Amino acid sequence: MTDTLPMSAITVNDLTVAYKDQPVLWDVDLDIPAGTLVAIVGPNGAGKTTLLKSFLGLVRPAAGQVLIFNKPFSQQRRMLGYVPQRGSVDWDFPTSVADVVMMGRYGTLGWVRRPGSADRLKALKALEQVGMLEFAERQISQLSGGQQQRVFLARALVQEAQIYLMDEPFQGVDAVTERAIVEILRNLREGGKTVVVVHHDLQTIAEYFDWVALLNVRKIAAGPVAEVFTEEHLRRTYGGRLALFSDGKLNGSVLPEQLIELPEAIH
Amino acid sequence: MDWAKIIHDLFFDYTVRTVATGSTLLGIVSGVLGVFAMLRRQSLLGDTVSHAALPGVALAFLLLNSKAPLVLLLGAMTAGWLGMLALMAIVRNTRIKLDSAMALILSVFFGFGIVLLSYTQRLPDASQAGLNKFLFGQAATMLEADVITIGILGGIALLLVIVLWKEFKILSFDRDYAAGLGFPVGVLDILLTTLLVTAIVIGLQAVGVILMSAMVVAPAAAARQWSDRLWVIVVLSAGFGAFSGVSGVLISGTRTGLATGPTIVVIASTIALLSLLFAPNRGVIFTSFRDLKNKRTMRAETVIQSLYLLAKQHGDPQYPHAEAVLRTMSANPLSVKRSLKHLESNGLVANVHESRWALTAQGVLHVEKLVARRRFL
Repeated sequence: MTDTLPMSAITVNDLTVAYKDQPVLWDVDLDIPAGTLVAIVGPNGAGKTTLLKSFLGLVRPAAGQVLIFNKPFSQQRRMLGYVPQRGSVDWDFPTSVADVVMMGRYGTLGWVRRPGSADRLKALKALEQVGMLEFAERQISQLSGGQQQRVFLARALVQEAQIYLMDEPFQGVDAVTERAIVEILRNLREGGKTVVVVHHDLQTIAEYFDWVALLNVRKIAAGPVAEVFTEEHLRRTYGGRLALFSDGKLNGSVLPEQLIELPEAIH
Repeated sequence: MDWAKIIHDLFFDYTVRTVATGSTLLGIVSGVLGVFAMLRRQSLLGDTVSHAALPGVALAFLLLNSKAPLVLLLGAMTAGWLGMLALMAIVRNTRIKLDSAMALILSVFFGFGIVLLSYTQRLPDASQAGLNKFLFGQAATMLEADVITIGILGGIALLLVIVLWKEFKILSFDRDYAAGLGFPVGVLDILLTTLLVTAIVIGLQAVGVILMSAMVVAPAAAARQWSDRLWVIVVLSAGFGAFSGVSGVLISGTRTGLATGPTIVVIASTIALLSLLFAPNRGVIFTSFRDLKNKRTMRAETVIQSLYLLAKQHGDPQYPHAEAVLRTMSANPLSVKRSLKHLESNGLVANVHESRWALTAQGVLHVEKLVARRRFL
């Protein structure tokens, strides 16, 4: 590998995943460069979460493989930090904010060993980064949606990973929290990390991300936002459900009025 | 009941001491694993497992012709496990949902168990008579060999929970994330479920298959009411389990002749009921009292704000107004009088004369702070 070519953080070759007889991902090839902020975009049921889970080895592919920094993920688990969907856990679980964040250290600790004061310090630091330090001892059921999201983010931060995988981190958070999260994502990129985000809001793609992968079971397109985030590609990703742009252009600057999602019935 | 005698027996009577030790152990183990079952939404699974264990007990006896506690427990464990596997297979491969599948497995296995039990009853050999105790439990029949079996199996289960505390915690809270960190969640799942099965089968002899699940559910549900820390809940649940076990056994075993299982369950359920009612923060009484207090504060605040707005129109924030006016401004006219009394007792309003009320200086400050805070929000 030469210095001029960016290293790939995640390489996906011919990945096919199926639940029972229903393909969720079909023959996906992807090459995500290191040090970028990447959005994965696509309609519901396009396989976005499944793609993310296949990076983590959480789903067994029917065919194909995923490489993390050119090695199988089983050798690279420490490289991956994960932010699952907020709704995937029971927030009435009897534990505190600091405890949840410390779970991010469990992978590094390995079997049996308990988190110590160094781990706790890291957890508190991460909570400070996401602006939640004063909530450290709070029971997690007392958090708002945006605060829950920040706690999950902090938990991923203490993993001290190279690649961060985030499943809809902006879902149901207010504008202030969204700004704060975007700021953290940018800091991660400045630190040379790769961040892959499942994202739903097409309007903010160009503003937040460098790179985008358009997905609908198959890969429609992937590459720098300016090159691949086009009307043609979006139309192919969302089928007939998106009525787009009068001028047919959107390179980098989509105005809210230009994107209208048509009701499902028309599709 | 003669308490001095019971306590004396507890330490010096061999039978009572054996029975009490065994039931304390099983209470602790089922209390601890019950918490994890509750957090993983598997409490009802315990009921299926315990019922499913019955044919295992009978078959172990029939096939091996032995009543050794370990043989019967292993039989129970195998059958309980098979029940679980069948349950998972049904949920995974058919369109039958978990609740129906549980009912199905429970009744099929339990029915088969009863048939086998009635068959053993008719055998000429007299040694089969003891198997009946597995229905409702009979702690008085607990022997030292039983207690040792319970102690070893339960001890292993508790040790594993302590050693793998962090792993079981993250598995229960966020399974996918644990898998992402590299923990073999499938193996941990099976292990934790096996420990739950163990906790259930070691209680079968004393508590019985029909009610054993209560020992998994009730102490955990009670403990959850008192704390938001996992380890506190686990310790409390173990304590509640041990207490229910011991006291149930002593009450039933000594001379009343009551079936042990139901007695233990009545005690455990009473603890759970009291916890649901009286626990701070989560208890029914505490929360309804807090709701009532909040409602009263809200109502009082609307009344004091109305008074402030009215007075402002006269250029004097302490200008008095009639209660009737406040009533017409309120959504709850009937509560205005009570709200005014409440505010008066806090020194925020004063009854100027008859039914005319005015803000006090302190009341003016209070409202202004309130309004400022509202505006900020």
